[in-house]
Amino acid sequence: MGAYIIRRLLYTIPIVFGVLLLTFILFTVVGGDISFEIAGKNASPETIKEIREEYGFNKPLFLAWDSQLVRHFKDALTFDFGRALDREPVIDKIKRGVGPSLSLTIPIFFGEVIISVSIALVIAFLRGRIWDILAVILCIAGMSIPYLSFILFGQYFLAYKLRLFPVFFSPDLSVPQYVALPVLIGIVTGLGGSVRFYRTVMLDEMRADYVRTAFAKGLDVKSVLFKHVLKNAMIPILTQVVLAIPFLFLGSLLLERFFGIPGVGYLMVEAIGSRDYFVINAMTYISAILFVIFNLITDVCYALVDPRITLD
Amino acid sequence: MPEIDTLLSVENLSTHFFTQQGVVRAVQDVSFSVKKSRTFAVVGESGCGKSITALSIMRLVPEPQGKIVAGKINFSGRNLLDLSEKRMRAIRGNRIAMIFQEPMTSLNPVFTVGYQIEEAIRLHQHKSKSDARDLAIQALQHVRISDPKRRIKEYPHQMSGGMRQRVMIAMAISCEPELLIADEPTTALDVTIQAQILDLLDQLQKQSQMSVLLITHNLGIVAERAQDVAVMYASRIAELSDCKSLFDNPLHPYTQGLLKSLPRLGFTGKRLYTIPGIVPEPLRFPAGCKFHPRCPIGCNDKRCQTVEPQLRQISDGLPRRSEAETGRAVACWFAPGYERPDDPK
Repeated sequence: MGAYIIRRLLYTIPIVFGVLLLTFILFTVVGGDISFEIAGKNASPETIKEIREEYGFNKPLFLAWDSQLVRHFKDALTFDFGRALDREPVIDKIKRGVGPSLSLTIPIFFGEVIISVSIALVIAFLRGRIWDILAVILCIAGMSIPYLSFILFGQYFLAYKLRLFPVFFSPDLSVPQYVALPVLIGIVTGLGGSVRFYRTVMLDEMRADYVRTAFAKGLDVKSVLFKHVLKNAMIPILTQVVLAIPFLFLGSLLLERFFGIPGVGYLMVEAIGSRDYFVINAMTYISAILFVIFNLITDVCYALVDPRITLD
Repeated sequence: MPEIDTLLSVENLSTHFFTQQGVVRAVQDVSFSVKKSRTFAVVGESGCGKSITALSIMRLVPEPQGKIVAGKINFSGRNLLDLSEKRMRAIRGNRIAMIFQEPMTSLNPVFTVGYQIEEAIRLHQHKSKSDARDLAIQALQHVRISDPKRRIKEYPHQMSGGMRQRVMIAMAISCEPELLIADEPTTALDVTIQAQILDLLDQLQKQSQMSVLLITHNLGIVAERAQDVAVMYASRIAELSDCKSLFDNPLHPYTQGLLKSLPRLGFTGKRLYTIPGIVPEPLRFPAGCKFHPRCPIGCNDKRCQTVEPQLRQISDGLPRRSEAETGRAVACWFAPGYERPDDPK
């Protein structure tokens, strides 16, 4: 297992380099000179020139020891993301946003996984019956209704009309208060797709011969489903679940924006709006790294749940 | 004449599947009985309803499409179809156990074989974990698995097909069932392993006096291992007999065809006999006797084409060789001794 992990960590080197090269081409080569954004409106040519020198935009792009590409790599590998347009270090902004983002995304994540896996197990067992058909119809309806309508419905009816929740974030609210409605919306919107996915996974498992053996042994439905079927369904579930974890750190773009939650998603939307290259660059890089790490964790988890998989 | 005790009697069992294309009558009006500590074989081609008959006895017909629509399954004095699901669970794996055709996939791949055997023991015998482990090791010894203490910690994928079928058998006999249903237990195994597994079943049966309901398509296995046999064709029993009489003197033209199509020692012809035509699709069963389109005797007979013969007791005119012999029954208008109370002629 140790050797496998080391080998996989070595594989991440070319992946990270690829990500860095791609972001460099996208942001610097294609995106063009951002000195004007940094300088703000009505900047004099002198200021622009100063900024170019300060940030090294006057340096050659590729082929030199002090080229912009080399600098891009050096900054990324030392996790030096520079300062945002408002001169605040990017890393501080991200650190500040992670808390509120996680307080939103973690309950959504666990709520959705637990609820949808349980529903999926039950309706997969009842396949073809009225409850299964009804649930599938609801899932498709849930998937077809745009995300925004859930947010608007929640904010208008549940928060504004019925006053069940606060409409918007404010600093004097406690965390459970301001995340309640967005968490609810996040779970409901995600449920359709994930119930359908897990249902398919479970259906495949329930047709398996070992399920018949388990029933023939005299086990009850509950033990067959939650012991025999669930453990076999863990592989596709794990893939789905573990790979979703990096996105928890990235927050939710829409929910944070609409509910004014000052998380990483909010930060990202703002940065895109104002072409804040430094924030976007840092976020892209961090998500890539997280994704690679959690991919590795997924593979290790496979070996933990399935005795047929060995990593060496 | 004293009868040997009947352990299981299936009476007029009908199991149907309600699909979108129509009602599939997978098992129609099937009756037979399994005697104590004997082997009863159900033989037939794939799709003839023999496996569904077995699953019906276990009440494991895949729902909601599949349903037992009529009949009785009497097992040691009770009709299994009347039992609550909870009481049925106490019988499954405990008093009636089942082994399946596919040893490669019938075991759960993510649990050790030990756990899977112990699960049945702990469920039905309420033993502690360590007692269950000891019993599981014993069960593996019974099925002649060497080094059971080590094997018990292994996963199914670490074992060969024959080994896995042994594990399945160990699991099935771990609670000392009175009836073992073996649904094509050796079909997926190669010939030498087949013989080993069947010998093992024979030995276990002798040791424990259990009855075996053997589902198979292999007449060779029937001849060697069973005392009584039902030949199924297109959801019905075509012929019910003790094993010897069936092979000596088959009464139903389908049985006759099956026996003719077996290779025999000293056979010199170029090609084996085949029954002409194919098994009818369950959704398009022919009217009358379902075998008539393929039947050498009845294909042009008006009655065979219109009226389906029921399974009826007949006397073949021969004296019974022993008390253990069952009466014979057949469903064919032309079988010798078949009574024709509604004979139109």
